[in-house]
Amino acid sequence: MRYAMNYKLIGRIIASLLVLEALFMVPAWGISILHHETNGAFAFLKSQLIILIAAAVLWVITRNYSHNFYAKEGLVTTGFAWIALSLLGALPFYISREIPSYIDALFEMVSGFTTTGSSILARVEDLDFGILYWRSFSHWVGGMGVLVFLLAVVPLSGKNEGFTLHILRAESPGPSVGKLVPRMRQTAMILYLIYVGLTVLDMLFLLLGGMSVFDAVCTAFGTAGTGGFGVHSDSLAGYSPYLQNVTTVFMLLFGINFSCYYLLLLRRFKEVFFDEELRLYVIIVLSSIAIIAWNIRGLYGSLEEVLRHAGFQVATVISTTGYATTDFDLWPSLSKAILLFLMLSGACAGSTGGGMKVARLLLLMKSLRRNFHANLHPSEVRKVRMNGSAVDEKVINNVNGYLIAYAAIVVVSFLVISIDGFSMETNFSAVMATFNNIGPGFNAVGPTCNFSAYSPLSKLVMIIDMLAGRLEILPILVLFSRSTWMKN
Amino acid sequence: MKILIAGGGKIGSALTEQLSGEGHELTVIDFDADVLEFIQEKYDVITVYGNAASMAVLEMADVASADLLVAATDRDEVNMLACLTAHRINPNLTTIGRIRNPEYRYQAYEMKDVFGLSLVVNPEQRAAHEIARLLKYPGFLSIDTFAKGNADIVELKVDAKSPLKNKSLSQLPSIIHTKVLVCAVQRDGSIIMPDGNFRIQENDLLFITAATENLTHLLRNLGIIAKQAKRVLIMGGGKISYYLIQELKDTGMHCTVVEQDRARCDELASLLPEATIVEGDASSQEFLDKEGVGQSDAVVTLTGLDELNIVISLYAHTRNVSQVITKLSHAENNKILNSLEIGSVISPKELSSYSIVRYVRAMQNQEGSAITVHRIAGGKIEAIEFEVKEDTKYIGETLRNIKTRNDALICCIISHGRIEIPSGSSKYGVGDTLVIVTSSSGRIRQLNDVFGE
Repeated sequence: MRYAMNYKLIGRIIASLLVLEALFMVPAWGISILHHETNGAFAFLKSQLIILIAAAVLWVITRNYSHNFYAKEGLVTTGFAWIALSLLGALPFYISREIPSYIDALFEMVSGFTTTGSSILARVEDLDFGILYWRSFSHWVGGMGVLVFLLAVVPLSGKNEGFTLHILRAESPGPSVGKLVPRMRQTAMILYLIYVGLTVLDMLFLLLGGMSVFDAVCTAFGTAGTGGFGVHSDSLAGYSPYLQNVTTVFMLLFGINFSCYYLLLLRRFKEVFFDEELRLYVIIVLSSIAIIAWNIRGLYGSLEEVLRHAGFQVATVISTTGYATTDFDLWPSLSKAILLFLMLSGACAGSTGGGMKVARLLLLMKSLRRNFHANLHPSEVRKVRMNGSAVDEKVINNVNGYLIAYAAIVVVSFLVISIDGFSMETNFSAVMATFNNIGPGFNAVGPTCNFSAYSPLSKLVMIIDMLAGRLEILPILVLFSRSTWMKN
Repeated sequence: MKILIAGGGKIGSALTEQLSGEGHELTVIDFDADVLEFIQEKYDVITVYGNAASMAVLEMADVASADLLVAATDRDEVNMLACLTAHRINPNLTTIGRIRNPEYRYQAYEMKDVFGLSLVVNPEQRAAHEIARLLKYPGFLSIDTFAKGNADIVELKVDAKSPLKNKSLSQLPSIIHTKVLVCAVQRDGSIIMPDGNFRIQENDLLFITAATENLTHLLRNLGIIAKQAKRVLIMGGGKISYYLIQELKDTGMHCTVVEQDRARCDELASLLPEATIVEGDASSQEFLDKEGVGQSDAVVTLTGLDELNIVISLYAHTRNVSQVITKLSHAENNKILNSLEIGSVISPKELSSYSIVRYVRAMQNQEGSAITVHRIAGGKIEAIEFEVKEDTKYIGETLRNIKTRNDALICCIISHGRIEIPSGSSKYGVGDTLVIVTSSSGRIRQLNDVFGE
């Protein structure tokens, strides 16, 4: 017999998360006031009120909760938490009438939290400063994870204190998620400290290049979360080459597994240097830049320009950020094919980037090689190894399962949004760009265009895709599974 | 503190639960991935897969920055090697090793420095020691000692013939004629912190604080014949039995061991000439009758099976054996057991994990941390010994003017070696030791936690 799900504790966690969201809106509200945007300020105030009421109601109805919390609760909590945060986080857009349709507001919000960066807006310059800030901030907090933030600031201890691991596993990307130090709270704090440190560093470099404070803060948020919402319609094309190059470097940095930075802080350089995932990531980045630069050499005036645009676009796609400095939709098809591959591979596990993750790709290649050997030499016992030690068969099974679920979601989403009648390339790249949390795709959803033309149904599908992509499928998929909800 | 625990077995997981709850940073090492997964999902700790005696695994567990290693795998050799290796990597490390094989008993002690062992824990020996103490003080279900052996908290069951039955606590002094304090009562499995109007009922378990010198008075005035056992029947010839017989050597008690395995009987017979070794099946009642259960003064059930121990103890009780002691390895916190007549319960796992926890708390050595901690009534009650420091609140106040938490009680004041069972007019001063009894585990870390807000 299965045990009944612990809805009350799940409700408790979501309630605390909502309070956190209301607090997150305070700076956005302040910026609205600062720029004399009374409409925006009131929108934030009203949203905060609604969120706090929702949190209070949840808090009251979840009294007398029990402490049973297992893997299932971890997944369901994460799935629900993200949906609740997005539904309520979209309120300021909608209430301020900056985005008049609620489904569009939700699309924008989900795109923000999941660090996708796909937008339904044609001209972002028209938005209020407060709203623009909230859009970019959602990237930052969504990048490392809201629940991880909660784990860092609120001591969620209980009888089953180990339950926090289920939350970390459900929210953090990668095939095998573990803690850095024994205490969950410290692990979450270390992750956020590294994150804050790198973000501030990025801001400083941007400010040094003469960017205005507001632009620097928003651009750094978008870079850190590998999100991609810009504050200008032409994304980063209007900025100086220095600012573009700084962003290229930081996008790549935020695509690296954060435990590597922790190891660097511990001066364990050797482990970082020999990390197989990091090596493959660097190889992919460098070789993609080289091929694309050669491929587009005729399109730009100087070698510096060619390298800068190739580097920026590779970084933006592999880290799944989605900024752009040039319209890569006009590039030759080899370059576009490489970018499509980078969309699929995505960044490293344990980073703020999305996509399939380089670690999964590596494990898939290795297990494929093992299967190949098993056919040639059936009696040989072989282990898939990663960084010198054998990988648990469970992890390999999960990675294989992940690939199947990944493909299934791509196919189904592609079929549904094809109803709208756009070109194949548009539809396929739209699914890839949202599901892998990148942002712009090709053709009608390319860097200079947006997603507003799709029907509400397609937008809903892409909202689900974005959430599934950010949370690595399972937390969203279990919400649709019958066995999650069966009482016994 | 950063603590490594090698081995996630019985003691390892009991320790993990306790120490993690007390706020330490734990790393658990085991070579069973399923055990690690279970521990990691239950407690907020990190796990490392592998052999704890290997240098590479210890380094992976970051032994260099750890403060303490508890080697509690099921193999003594691994534990010794783990402590030795860990100590070589990190000379400032404190190590606690579980060494249970009698053959290593002296060696582990003599070669403590060589192995880098700070403390040797032997669950079987600890259990045997505890059983021997109970045999020396028949009439009590358990005894916990404080103040360097001068004060005790004893556990008593109120039976149908007890003079305490249906009396209120304020009538107690007129019956017992010695100064004692009932600090907690267990009734139907739940703990009550009683006041003067509390009325004692049949089947209550009383936890009584008394000076050690008054224990015999207490027994005599309660009408319990405090006659030490002469004939002790021990079921099972394992390690605990061996240590127990060693402990009882010079007490005048005669031990008979029932053991099923012929080879083990031979071994015991040559190791323990003073005991009678009987080959036979302890689960057979006919056999037990033949060996004279009814004529024994005490029956100790130490077989490897909890169920069998419970059944034999129940049978011994029906044959009017006056003292029954039951060893339980897994089922010690089972609620059903409260209603069964199985006498005193001994859990080697809990005993040794508590002695390690006690050591860890002493290591912390912070201002105001506990001197000793005892867990009573299957962990439902904690008795904690604190020293009064300058910053302790209410120094010099009479106790009746001090507000303590509802679930805590000051049950003994030790002042310059003198034991005082406190009343409303008692006071304490700097340098005194207080014994606090509380029904909420883990809440009281410092003496000042006892006082209400």
